Amino acid sequence: MNELIKKAASLLEANEVQVVIGYGLGSAKRPQAIFVTTPAGCEQLIFDNRCIQNLAVYLTKQEIRKLGKPAIVAPLPVLRSIVQLVAEQQLTEGDLVVLGIDPDGKLLEFSSFKAIESFLSDHKIVIEEKYLKKIEEIKNMPVGERFAYWVELLEPCFKCYACRAACPLCYCTRCTIENNQPQWIPVASHLQGNLEWHVMRAMHLAGRCTDCEACYHACPLGIPIHLLNKSLIQDLSESFGDYGPKISEPNMLSSFDPDDKESFIR
Amino acid sequence: MQTGNYSINEPSMSKLFDNLAEKGKTMYAPKNRGERILFQKVEKFGEIAGDYLLTANSAKEVVFPRYEKVFSYKKTQDGILINDPTGNPFSEVVLWGSRPCDAAAFIPMTNTFEKDYIDNLYVKRRKNLLVLSFSCNTCDEFCFCTSVNGGPGNTAGSDILFTRLQTGDFLAEIITEKGKKVVEENSSLFEASTAEGKEQSLAKVEPRFNQDEIQAKLQELFENPLWAEKSRACLGCGTCAYICPVCSCFDIQDEAHGSQGTRLRCWDSCGFSLFTLHTSGHNPRPDQGTRWRQRILHKFRYMPDKSKIAGCVGCGRCSRSCPAGINILDTVTAL
Amino acid sequence: MSEFEPKIVAFVCNWCTYAGADLTGTSRIKYAQNVKIIRFPCTGRIDFMLLLKAFAEGADGIIVSGCHPNDCHYTSGNFHARRRWITFRSLLDFLGIDVRRIQFSWVSAAEGAKWAEIANTTVNNIRELGPYTDYAKVAVHLKKEAKV
Repeated sequence: MNELIKKAASLLEANEVQVVIGYGLGSAKRPQAIFVTTPAGCEQLIFDNRCIQNLAVYLTKQEIRKLGKPAIVAPLPVLRSIVQLVAEQQLTEGDLVVLGIDPDGKLLEFSSFKAIESFLSDHKIVIEEKYLKKIEEIKNMPVGERFAYWVELLEPCFKCYACRAACPLCYCTRCTIENNQPQWIPVASHLQGNLEWHVMRAMHLAGRCTDCEACYHACPLGIPIHLLNKSLIQDLSESFGDYGPKISEPNMLSSFDPDDKESFIR
Repeated sequence: MQTGNYSINEPSMSKLFDNLAEKGKTMYAPKNRGERILFQKVEKFGEIAGDYLLTANSAKEVVFPRYEKVFSYKKTQDGILINDPTGNPFSEVVLWGSRPCDAAAFIPMTNTFEKDYIDNLYVKRRKNLLVLSFSCNTCDEFCFCTSVNGGPGNTAGSDILFTRLQTGDFLAEIITEKGKKVVEENSSLFEASTAEGKEQSLAKVEPRFNQDEIQAKLQELFENPLWAEKSRACLGCGTCAYICPVCSCFDIQDEAHGSQGTRLRCWDSCGFSLFTLHTSGHNPRPDQGTRWRQRILHKFRYMPDKSKIAGCVGCGRCSRSCPAGINILDTVTAL
Repeated sequence: MSEFEPKIVAFVCNWCTYAGADLTGTSRIKYAQNVKIIRFPCTGRIDFMLLLKAFAEGADGIIVSGCHPNDCHYTSGNFHARRRWITFRSLLDFLGIDVRRIQFSWVSAAEGAKWAEIANTTVNNIRELGPYTDYAKVAVHLKKEAKV
C-alpha cells in the first residue's frame, strides 16, 4: 500500500498526472472511488478486496477528463477494461498512467498498453465455478421453464440503468434505448421492455465484456444480470477461441473467420 | 388525528392480514426476492420477510407505478377513440410493513400530485391505499429520519402504526379514519391499551443535521465548487431517484402500434444527462455536478420553500444503494 | 390443432435468397403461403432485435437466410452475420426463447428449389411445434393496455 501511495504522490508531485483515480474510505467506512489531486491527499488511497467498483468507467467520463491527465489504480478487472478501451480507440498511449495491482496486491508498472496486454495473457478471464454451475443449471431447464425463470428474474428491474452507467464499456453518450421516435426498445419497465433491454445490453457487450461484474454490483435490486454476459463469454470462447481483451486483434464480433463453425445453418 | 391506542398479539397480526386479504385487497409487503428484500405483492402472511431494516426499493410504486398508462388511443372510421384510465376501477391496496419513513414519504408525494394540478391517477390510488406501518427497532449509519422531522416511531402518513413492544405484543396506534375502520372491522383482534413502552422499543437515530439550517444555507449556495466535488464519483445512473420514496419525476413515452397506441408515464431521474437536454443540443445542466445540485436543492430547498415539506424522509436508501458509494449525508453535512 | 396455420417471417438478403425465392416463383414451384418475406440489403444488416420483434408481433417461426459463404455481394456481410447469429442464438437459447423456431439458411439466387424446400420444412416443423406464445405473451400487455 505504501508503495502505491508513494508512487501516486510522486506522479502528482512531478505534475506527470493531475489526478489519481483510486479507492478511498467513504464516510460510512465503505470503499469508494476518490479523485486525488494533491500529493498529500494520496494518504487516503487504500486497496483491499472490498474495492470492487471498476474505476475504468471514469476514464471516459467528461467530468473526470476535465481534471487533467489521470493515473488510475488498476487491479485485474480495471486492467482488462483499459485494454478493451484501448482496442476500441477510446484511450491512446500517453493518455494515462496505469498503477496496476497484481492479484497478490503488489504494485505493477507498465511501459505501454502492450505490456498490459501481455500481462493479461497470463491472467485470462476464468468464469468462476459457482457461475458455471448456475449457468449449467439454467441451461438444463426445459425451454419454457427457462423463459419463465428469466421473466421472473428480470421483472423487478425498473431500468435505472445503473448496469449501463457502471460498465466501463458502455461509454456511448447516446444509447439505443434512448431512440424513441420511433421507439425501438420499449422504455417502460414492463416485461418486454426489461427483457429487450437486457438482451440488447448483453448483445452490445458480446465479445467485449471483460467479466468485471460491475453491472451486477451496481444493480440496486441485486438482479444477477451478469449471468447473461458470463454465459456469452463461455459460449463465445467455445465458438471463436481465446476470449479476452486484445489490442493486437480485432474485436470478436467485428471480425470473422471464413471457417467459423456452426451446426444450425442449412 | 390520533384516535386511540390498542394492543395486538402476533397470532392476531396474521389473522388481521388474512382478513384484509380475504376482502380482495391487494397486499404489498416486504418479501425476499433473490438477494434483496423488496416491496411486492404477497398472497400469504408467511411470505413476508421477517427480519429487515428497509426494503431495497421504496413503496412509492403503490401510488406511482414505474410505468403507468395515461391514456390509449385508437383510430377508427368514426374518428379517434381515447381511453382515459382514470375512469377504471382501482383496486384497494394495503401497504403492510412500511417503515415510518416510507409512510412519511406519502406526504410530499401527495403534495406533488395533488397541489396545483390534481393528478387523478395518483388521487385514486392514494385514496384506495391503506398504510399499515411498523416502527423501527433498529437503524443503521445511513438512517437520518430524525434530521428531517421524522423518527423511528413517527406516525405521519400511516393509517395504523404498529410498534413491537418488549413484551412481544404490538402497540397499534390508530392515526386516521381508515385505520379506525380496520380496528372496528376486526375488533376481536385488538385490545384497548396505552402507548406505554413505545419509546423504549424504538431505535435511537441520532440527528445528523438541522433541516431548517440546511434550507437557509441552500439559499446562497447555487454556485459552489462543492457540487462538483461531492458528485465526482457519480456515474449518472438513476438508482438514487428510482429507489427514493419521494422522487416523482417522470417521462412521457408513446408506445404506438399501427393506428393505436398507449401513452405512458415512466419514472425518470434528474441524474440522467438526457433529463434536461434540449432539442437544440444545449443542456442547462451539462454535468453531474449541476445534476447533483438539482437533486439536493429540490429536496432540501425548493420543496420546503414552496410547501414547507422537505423532499427527503431520511430513509438513506440512495446512500445504501449508490453504485459509486455516494452518501447524501456527506453533501448535506458539508454545506 | 389441424386448424393451426403457422405465421412465419423470413428475413432475407436482397442478392441471394430474395432472388432465389423469386426463382422459386418463376420456376412455378409452389411453397407454403405462411412465409412473409422481408427483404434486407444483406444478412449483415439484419438487427438481432428484429427477430424478437417478430415474435412479439405473433410470429410462430422465423427464417433468416442469405448468400452462401464467399458469395456475399458485399464480400463479408454474411460472415459477420454468421458470427452474430452464433452469438445471438446462444443468448436466446440461454434466455429460454425457443430457437427451434428460427431457421437459418444459405440460399443462392440459383436455388429456387432449395428455398421452397426450406420454407416448406420450416412451416411443417413449426406446425408440429404449435403456436409460439411465450414471447408474445410477454409483449401482449401493450395491446391490452391499448384497448379502447
